[in-house]
Amino acid sequence: MAAEKFPVEAGHIMMFARSIGDANEIYYDEDYAKTTEPGGTVAPPTFVQASAQFDPNYFLRPKIGEEWFGSASGPTGITKREGGSGGGGGGGGLHAEQHYVYHRQVMAGDVLKATTKPGKSWEKEGRRGGKLKFSESVTEYHDQKGELVVTATSVGVQTEKPATS
Amino acid sequence: MSLKASELKVGDTYEEEVCRNLSRTQIVQYAGTSGDYNPLHSDEIFTTQIAGYPSVFAHGMLSMGMTGRMLTNYVGDGRLKSYGVRFTSQVFPGATLTAKATITDIREEDGEQIAAIEVSTQDADGVVVIKGQATARLD
Repeated sequence: MAAEKFPVEAGHIMMFARSIGDANEIYYDEDYAKTTEPGGTVAPPTFVQASAQFDPNYFLRPKIGEEWFGSASGPTGITKREGGSGGGGGGGGLHAEQHYVYHRQVMAGDVLKATTKPGKSWEKEGRRGGKLKFSESVTEYHDQKGELVVTATSVGVQTEKPATS
Repeated sequence: MSLKASELKVGDTYEEEVCRNLSRTQIVQYAGTSGDYNPLHSDEIFTTQIAGYPSVFAHGMLSMGMTGRMLTNYVGDGRLKSYGVRFTSQVFPGATLTAKATITDIREEDGEQIAAIEVSTQDADGVVVIKGQATARLD
């Protein structure tokens, strides 16, 4: 998740809070937020995940004018090519772990820059057979002054079979 | 609202029901705000016919976000120093989830009182869907 400019907006925080079912007034009422300890609209702890919105190449968002792998007239929108394996890419990757370190709280008004680098990778035998391939990516969010605000470590897993538990 | 080191002890717990009968629409809502439009979370046709799952399922990050709400309600706004989880089981529409925090340590770090917290979220059948840990600044 790389984003040159991730503007943290109060309206986006409000909608994000709604989507996680969080009724805390701090996310909805700026005047109230000013009276709280953070002194303004603070972002919920997992909000930086929404930096995906500002990553121009984020692969899990349909791109204008491009085929999308979700269903359309058929079960996948990817056109089957001669001799190819057909569509359905992207179905095998799942999120295994997510870790955040908060160097300070993210606040509405921040403009963050997200840079991602690969971390460790490892393999494990799955409970139901089939190899699980884990890989880590580390995203650092810096503010306008270049100070580190959040370090996010994400672990993805590729499964050979659908990973129903 | 925040926690005081003097009033807290190891083993203290706090829990909240963070969703009841999780709807597909809430999952769609989360896709819209987070920007993660993976069809595995909203597109039943793709998910069952192409990816081979029994149904769409929630983003792990939605469960982590709902669990984070329990944490911020417990420790106070802007108090978390770290928060990390493993997604131990998928969450399907209809899930009712309860998130629980357990204080595992209270210590001083760089002049601040810090609580270490074990985090666990389970469904109505007792299946753990999230296991993790957090640290928070105390008064």
